[in-house]
Amino acid sequence: MDTAVRELSYAQAIQEAMALAMEADDRVFLMGEDIGVYGGAFQVTGDLVERFGTDRVMDTPISELGGAGVAVGAAVTGMRPIFEFQFSDFATLGMEQIVNQAAKMRFMLGGEVSVPVVMRFPAGSGTGAAAQHSQSLEAWLGHVPGLKVIQPATPHDAKGMLLAAVADPDPVMIFEHKLLYKMKGPVPEGHYTVPIGKAEIRREGRDLTIVATSIMVHKALEAAEALAGEGMDIEVIDLRSIRPIDRDTVIGSVKKTSKLLCVYEAVKTLGIGAEVSAMIAESEAFDYLDAPIVRLGGAETPIPYNPDLEKATVPQVPDIVAAARDLVKGVR
Amino acid sequence: MATARKAISPEQTNLPFAYRQYSPDQLRDVLRKMYLIRRFEEGAEDSYMRGLIHGTMHLSIGQEASAMGICMPLHEDDQITSTHRGHGHCIAKGADVKRMFAEFFGKTTGYCKGRGGSMHIADVAKGNLGANGIVAGGIPIAVGAALSSKRMKTGKVVISFFGDGANNEGAFHEALNMASIWKLPVIFVCENNGYGMSTSTARSTAVKNIADRAAAYSMPGVIVDGNNFSEVAEASQAAVERARAGEGPTLIESKTYRYRGHSKSDRNRYRTKEEIEDWITNRDPILLFETELKEFGIIDEKGIEAVRESVKQEIADGIEFAKQSPAPELSDLGRYVYTEVA
Ligand SMILES: Cc1ncc(C[n+]2csc(CCOP(=O)(O)OP(=O)(O)O)c2C)c(N)n1
Ligand SMILES: [Mg+2]
Repeated sequence: MDTAVRELSYAQAIQEAMALAMEADDRVFLMGEDIGVYGGAFQVTGDLVERFGTDRVMDTPISELGGAGVAVGAAVTGMRPIFEFQFSDFATLGMEQIVNQAAKMRFMLGGEVSVPVVMRFPAGSGTGAAAQHSQSLEAWLGHVPGLKVIQPATPHDAKGMLLAAVADPDPVMIFEHKLLYKMKGPVPEGHYTVPIGKAEIRREGRDLTIVATSIMVHKALEAAEALAGEGMDIEVIDLRSIRPIDRDTVIGSVKKTSKLLCVYEAVKTLGIGAEVSAMIAESEAFDYLDAPIVRLGGAETPIPYNPDLEKATVPQVPDIVAAARDLVKGVR
Repeated sequence: MATARKAISPEQTNLPFAYRQYSPDQLRDVLRKMYLIRRFEEGAEDSYMRGLIHGTMHLSIGQEASAMGICMPLHEDDQITSTHRGHGHCIAKGADVKRMFAEFFGKTTGYCKGRGGSMHIADVAKGNLGANGIVAGGIPIAVGAALSSKRMKTGKVVISFFGDGANNEGAFHEALNMASIWKLPVIFVCENNGYGMSTSTARSTAVKNIADRAAAYSMPGVIVDGNNFSEVAEASQAAVERARAGEGPTLIESKTYRYRGHSKSDRNRYRTKEEIEDWITNRDPILLFETELKEFGIIDEKGIEAVRESVKQEIADGIEFAKQSPAPELSDLGRYVYTEVA
């Protein structure tokens, strides 16, 4: 069957996935703050309430802990809720239900239940929203067995991974970078899934592996393109999923390039870069390394308001270009 | 059941609710189950002392009428969420003590295959979605289950058990508010035993009665003597009817008392011996119920002795079953973290 491919924004792709999921399965419904007539803080749900009604596009009170718990309870008893946190920062208020309940319920009950809940988290900086509305907390949740944690970087993946998440019997946490919502890209019509736990090589190369997440995938690709002009051949891996994590793709790539640069927006220490680095250090790829592993992550500060300070807080294309060039040239 | 109620003559309507509502067989079974809860917990405590059970446990001895009264009007497929002090709820909802003991002993035949223990005891098949190690953790989950019931039109009612301590958690307030605005078939049951660990409700809670908080969420707030089976069952029946009729949630405050310490580390410094003794001697829920049953001629001393004997045997069999059951394989450590996809 031929499926047409159109250009959609990342937000539209998510909206289309949610609509398809609701059309296909009566158990699927959306919950969140101001996702109804308002359309969601980032207009991701948009006008879905007009099509599906307020029972299936359910505005909740401003109750992240309770709301997350209701979603967990509904999931355990046969529904398929998709719960939108208005900002990923507010995961901190829902943490109890996410970490202690959703992630562990199946395990604590010896496999007697599944918790097929999807939670969506608009994440990241760059919107001038300052310290409490700009964080990247995905590694917090990535640390919890029982959860699956994904970060689609393209409209295509945003749709396909959301549909995979809805079909998944376990809790899936989706971190969506807010600056990606307006980004356009090719998205096939109809239903398709992109597997959770599988990285994607976005650009092949022989001189260096860049492992990036979310918006940093695009910055890394830009950097790789720039360095191609200097004759450097850089591989860019879009990790896509941090739990489970795709070891094979990363290890295979580093064995080929012998150099690794990790780029992510979250605070640098104790994050996904440490995990990927350790993964290489513990694997057979370690013997292939020709240079120390380098991490580029967020500064050890909260996200500031001032736009120049804000930009300086997270890796930008010139930072990636510089780090990658040094690595390839053996300056480090 | 409804027709049996109509057949009652006017003078009989002075009888307490339970004696109008339930048959003598049902009432004797309630007594048996109250004994089963108490002896189960005594058996668990004893096994703990002998080192057969590790970790800790929270005993609900003294609170049996509350668990039984609340669960009595429920159907088998109605659901509950429970607490760290949840053994009574589990038995009242229909669990088999064999599999409960097996769980406490960490065996594969336990309800949670040895992964949960006392604090996560559950019986999903009988509608018990699990005890909870997090104070107030189960309350929003119950609201979610009630949302499923409403959306999927299953007619199920959901009970959320929690303690007095839980009513000061944000989850309690968020959950009650949502249940009320969406008129969900959920009943919030606060088993107020006077203390959250060592902290009395007087020191922890701004209102005199937990039930007073119902007003803030536009739902009925009902106070019952949690040691009086009939009174608890009557309140539960009314709340269940209201929930099934689509009229929304109720908050029931069941005032009761725990005889044992909070958990296994309690030195009982926050209450007096006299207070404990008073509850045990004058307000024991099993003794009160037993006395009533005798008064109404529903059971005699011989019948009670037979109940005690059969419960004793069931507990002994349960412990034996747990002892004989296989332990989990170490190689199975990673199981049940995620759903195994075929
Ligand atoms: C969120 C949370 N805070 C604290 C505790 C530790 N804790 C366990 S039970 C308990 C007391 C709970 O009191 P209450 O709700 O009245 O229940 P009861 O023990 O009296 O049955 C405390 C403080 C916990 N398990 N979870
Ligand atoms: Mg208490």
